[in-house]
Amino acid sequence: MDINGGQALVKALECEGVEVVFGLPGGAILPVYDPIIESPIRHILVRHEQGAGHMAEGYAHATGRPGVMMITSGPGATNGVTPLCDAYMDSVPLVCITGQVPYPAIGTDAFQECDTTGITMSVTKHNFLVTEAQDIPRVIHEAFHIATTGRPGPVLVDVPKDIVDPNSPRSAMTWYEPSDDIMELPGYNPVTAGDPELVHAAARLICSAERPVIYVGGGILKARAAHELRALAELIDVPVVTTLMARGAFPDSHELCLGMPGMHGNYTAVTAMQHSDLLIALGARFDDRVTGRLDGFAPDAKVIHVDIDAAELGKVRRPDVAIRGDCRLVIAALSEALGDCGGRAAQADRRAWRSQISGWQERYPLVYEQSQPGERLKPQYVLEVLRDSTPDDTIVTSGVGQHQMWASQYWRFDHPYTWINSGGLGTMGFSVPAAIGAKVGMPDRTVWAVDGDGCFQMTAQELVTAATGRIPVKVALFNNAYLGMVRQWQEMFYDERYSEVYLSYEVPDYVKWAEAMGCAALRAEAPEEVAPAINEANEINDRPVVVEFRCERAENVYPMVPAGLSNSDILVDPSLR
Amino acid sequence: MTEPTNAEDAAESETAVSDATERTPDEAAAAAGEFVQFRTVVTTVENKPGVLARVAGLFSRRGFNIESLAVAPTADERFSRITFTVDVASAPLEQVVKQLDKLINVVEIRELSPVESVERELMLVTVKSAVSNDRRHELLDLIDDFRAYVLDQSQTRMLLSLSARPARLDEFEQRLRTFGIVELQRTGRVALPMLSQ
Repeated sequence: MDINGGQALVKALECEGVEVVFGLPGGAILPVYDPIIESPIRHILVRHEQGAGHMAEGYAHATGRPGVMMITSGPGATNGVTPLCDAYMDSVPLVCITGQVPYPAIGTDAFQECDTTGITMSVTKHNFLVTEAQDIPRVIHEAFHIATTGRPGPVLVDVPKDIVDPNSPRSAMTWYEPSDDIMELPGYNPVTAGDPELVHAAARLICSAERPVIYVGGGILKARAAHELRALAELIDVPVVTTLMARGAFPDSHELCLGMPGMHGNYTAVTAMQHSDLLIALGARFDDRVTGRLDGFAPDAKVIHVDIDAAELGKVRRPDVAIRGDCRLVIAALSEALGDCGGRAAQADRRAWRSQISGWQERYPLVYEQSQPGERLKPQYVLEVLRDSTPDDTIVTSGVGQHQMWASQYWRFDHPYTWINSGGLGTMGFSVPAAIGAKVGMPDRTVWAVDGDGCFQMTAQELVTAATGRIPVKVALFNNAYLGMVRQWQEMFYDERYSEVYLSYEVPDYVKWAEAMGCAALRAEAPEEVAPAINEANEINDRPVVVEFRCERAENVYPMVPAGLSNSDILVDPSLR
Repeated sequence: MTEPTNAEDAAESETAVSDATERTPDEAAAAAGEFVQFRTVVTTVENKPGVLARVAGLFSRRGFNIESLAVAPTADERFSRITFTVDVASAPLEQVVKQLDKLINVVEIRELSPVESVERELMLVTVKSAVSNDRRHELLDLIDDFRAYVLDQSQTRMLLSLSARPARLDEFEQRLRTFGIVELQRTGRVALPMLSQ
């Protein structure tokens, strides 16, 4: 079948099972947008290319399927760099199609030309510049294969206009079915099964450990191993901490769950790791926000480290047993090996450890002081009400900063893939577009975007996308008139010298702005207004809704491990000191 | 003087043997299991545009210091070989290798231990030769000793070539300095494993 490159590209996306593409057309990608009219693929027209990327990420986080974004050359491509980097840091499977100037014009500084593959080389798992129309189905298949296997990540395919434009002879090609057999990737062979000997070595370490902690990272969710994780934890009766990227991978309401570790982690989660004699790190990467000062991190712990990416093993902390492999397969093998060793009966006596942990939990719970009448709302209170007024399987997305930490702390995540945030890159503005992507992928679920006022102003325009596309996401906007996390650091570490950190409660008027974008809009300023506003928002399902919560400006996130200090120097809420 | 191919082969095999016996400080340290600052890594990569940029970009992004780098096609036109020497004080060699392995276009990576490999580097150098007769004889003797070749000469200058172990190039370069080096170019080392006995 003779078709042109543009038709082949869309057809190749269909062959990969793509049902939705987030994008925005422009000159160089025009020929690919033409066949989209006939395609069953749904296209979501964003208002800014960054939004397309975060939507594709939200979609991928929520569904487990690769997100697809399609944008034009030059500024379109550069606007897409932030979400690509975000997806790279958080291992999100993403395929980004960018238009490029015609192949003969590359390197001439043509209109809307930029070196897209050069710019994105360091923020993608891999990228391609396709030079022949005939290569399109193969390259698209390779892109999806790379994005979704091994450690997932973003893959960019840069497509010069002349190989997709029917007016160019170079766009002529003969269609062929993309399949694994035609891939040309001699250097890409992801490993999935763990070495059985190492698995047995890990099992032996676990049996004799007196103070073990299972340290779970986002890799568990990528490996779809939540079920296997729970079986393992229950088999050996070992407490679990879930990092910011792994919230929901293990139920918060489970008695073995200690919550989130790290800079703003739960006291018990942080302290249990510090006192541990064995960390069982599963799909985690010893991020600096988890470890604090590295030489003071879990000083007495041996480490079992399981990761699909060999480069993570030993990158930060030297493991005693390093297992390269897919977490789901390795955990299943580990449970089996532990069963062979005698299962729970063969485990060391850990009663003292359990009682030490319960002691910390009792002494250092998460606390905040409720606001006095006349004071603005406490964000923690709003989150508790929101949590208790929404379905158990609500998907929560978040931006970056104080509201993100409070959401992670105060929500109760009992299901995997209900928490979507920007962990590694810390991208402000992630929440709203990610929520839209998640809602597109999971239309039957309630999706709440938790956002700060600083973040909201970065990507709010995508609510126009949601309103016109009838994508009814809900936004809980925590307005504290500040770049709150920066304000907190200036208060604590810069002698309360507040430099360029004040926004405003009143400008913009978020209710008017949301209404102008086609959303329903509500505002709550007193505790008794919170639940009614949330209940009203939950009833609105024909358009997006924004609820602005006027929050206390001086509220700080605790616990906190100040940057550069050891996790043993954790600061709890002043009321507990 | 031209380059007699047979003689060069003979010289090569001679020095190859001496590689195993005459050890540089690095080689001796490696043999003794001590820390070696510079390690040689040979990668086979797909022969595609931009692959060198990916490798170089990785080095810079991850903070790996590269001492030398040589790139050329292999006998199989689908692949090129990138041979580089990395300063393992800047990053553990294991990290360098693992990160490189993640590049999709990198097909194979081999770390060559100094004691089990043959390393060669080519140097082209122009030296001043307008000197006294005694000094000129000294220069010719030096060229002879090191089995270097005179590729071109003028009234006042000589263009020499030497292919040898990098440490030997260092030594040759040092000795030539007394005559005055006009211009010098080295290729960066290439290496292959020694044949098992």
